Amino acid sequence: MTRPLLQLAGVHTHIGAYHILHGVDFDVPAGEVTMLLGRNGAGKTTTLRTIMGLWPASQGRVVFDGRRIGGPADDAAGQADAAVRTPEIAAQGIAYVPETMGIFSDLSVAENMLLAARAARTVDQLDRARLDWLFGLFPALKKFWLYPAGKLSGGQKQMLAIARAMVEPRRLLLIDEPSKGLAPAIVQNLIAALRELKRTAATVLLVEQNFEVAKALGDHVAVMDDGRVVHRGPMAELAADEAMQQRLLGLSLASHQ
Amino acid sequence: MSDATTLAAALETADAIPKTAFDARPLVLVAVLVLAAWPLVGSSSTWLTLTLAGLAMGMIIFIAASGLTLVFGLMDVLNFGHSLFIALGAYVATSVFVALTTGAAAASLAQGLSAIGVAMVAAMLLAGTLGLGFERVIVRPVYGQHLKQILVTIGGAIIGEELIKVVWGPAQIPLPPPEALRGSILIGEATVERLRLVSVVVGLVVLALLLWTLNRTKIGLLIRAGVQDREMVESLGYRIRRLFVGVFAAGSALAGLGGCLWGMNQQIVTPQIGAQVNVLLFIVIIIGGLGSTLGCLVGALLVGLMTNYIGFLAPKVTMFSSIGLMVAVLLWRPQGLYPVVNR
Repeated sequence: MTRPLLQLAGVHTHIGAYHILHGVDFDVPAGEVTMLLGRNGAGKTTTLRTIMGLWPASQGRVVFDGRRIGGPADDAAGQADAAVRTPEIAAQGIAYVPETMGIFSDLSVAENMLLAARAARTVDQLDRARLDWLFGLFPALKKFWLYPAGKLSGGQKQMLAIARAMVEPRRLLLIDEPSKGLAPAIVQNLIAALRELKRTAATVLLVEQNFEVAKALGDHVAVMDDGRVVHRGPMAELAADEAMQQRLLGLSLASHQ
Repeated sequence: MSDATTLAAALETADAIPKTAFDARPLVLVAVLVLAAWPLVGSSSTWLTLTLAGLAMGMIIFIAASGLTLVFGLMDVLNFGHSLFIALGAYVATSVFVALTTGAAAASLAQGLSAIGVAMVAAMLLAGTLGLGFERVIVRPVYGQHLKQILVTIGGAIIGEELIKVVWGPAQIPLPPPEALRGSILIGEATVERLRLVSVVVGLVVLALLLWTLNRTKIGLLIRAGVQDREMVESLGYRIRRLFVGVFAAGSALAGLGGCLWGMNQQIVTPQIGAQVNVLLFIVIIIGGLGSTLGCLVGALLVGLMTNYIGFLAPKVTMFSSIGLMVAVLLWRPQGLYPVVNR
């Protein structure tokens, strides 16, 4: 088995006086989709923010492709590598789509895309072939290319947030609850787009509350509860075992069938 | 080729979509103020003179305030030390003029303009350099702590003001414009001071450069995005701290330029010059919407025009007029004329 692209080991995160993560352990294998599930308040968003360095891990280690990107230094050798800041973490090829989507509403769709493309200085320098591929996945972006992003609908904003993370090839995508607040038909579009992304062998860590989305996309799953990972395994196994879903996620039959 | 066609098609489609209407009402407010002053002032030529003087003053205030609003917008830093760079700019101008225009040396227009040019460049360089040091020593330790920022930057400004007294002395220093730029010219019936024209031209150049940088370059795009959501810009892989240091230095340099022009228009420089202007700057950026460059421009023009009209109509309430304007604008738009979203 190859080394996982991202590893979290014993990660604790404090936000002010609150102790949110109590030792999170899981791996994200390369080229596959790992789902991060759990009830509200389990610490999923905090985990993503800790990986991005937006909130520092107070204990444990976050390792990306063999390089430590988070957690306090535990020895002199680790000092230089520990607590890498957010821009550096992103520059290693990690894209982050926050729950709030992080759309710059005053800027046009084109400008939002340009910001995410670190290699391009102007819209004309964006990779045309890749742009066309994204327009194929998210036709609304093409339609509203010069439109202020703040005027897009909620679903279109989410599409823009995901397309923005894909504007250049990235090694790891962290996506926080993309289906939140979207109409069922739009969620189907989203699943189709993420499937297409999956076909490119992208590595994705996807936080979801919608079990349908998780079942449709996940290869692996980690379930969180109260700041810890309480279950790890193949997504197919969890999808097939309703008793386990009930126990881990508190899902009733009605909510996902 | 087909890619290019697709993109062109995409742009064409996008063009067909009605974009959000530009919010022109604050600009209408400027026009209303100008037109309302006409019957109040009475004489057309006086009104025109006051209007041009007001626009010139507005441009100078805009130059000085533009850095302040970007620094606040981008990094949430309340920099009350901005006044220091304004004072420095004015004092540098006095030194440059003493060195360059002694006697009647600057009698020709070219010499006069070049003396002003040298003074402006020197003011910008010195203020920009000082800005770098100010950010490193005074502002950086208090990021994210508003109360401390206010206290520490005011402290920095006081120390700077005292240092200016050490270098240039506590007494006021005359800053007469070069010979060729004194006096006024007639435009129609209105008299316009030559120096004011210089200020307007410099202000327009700065405005054009600023708008070009903000709207046509990637750095500008990063600044505009950073004002809206700093954390997301960092998550996209950009070092916003570095960008902020650059903006701080550029803003300080612009304050130096504004101070240089302000001092020349006042023709007298005192150590308190920065602190006096600073009050106007904060009024302007609050009127405009903290963080907004366009708002800063409109706010500066409103304050410049208002000060000149009221200074003519009712000199005693001049200072009150700016604050009254701010109160009125905030009652209409509590976030300022052009509120920055996501704040």
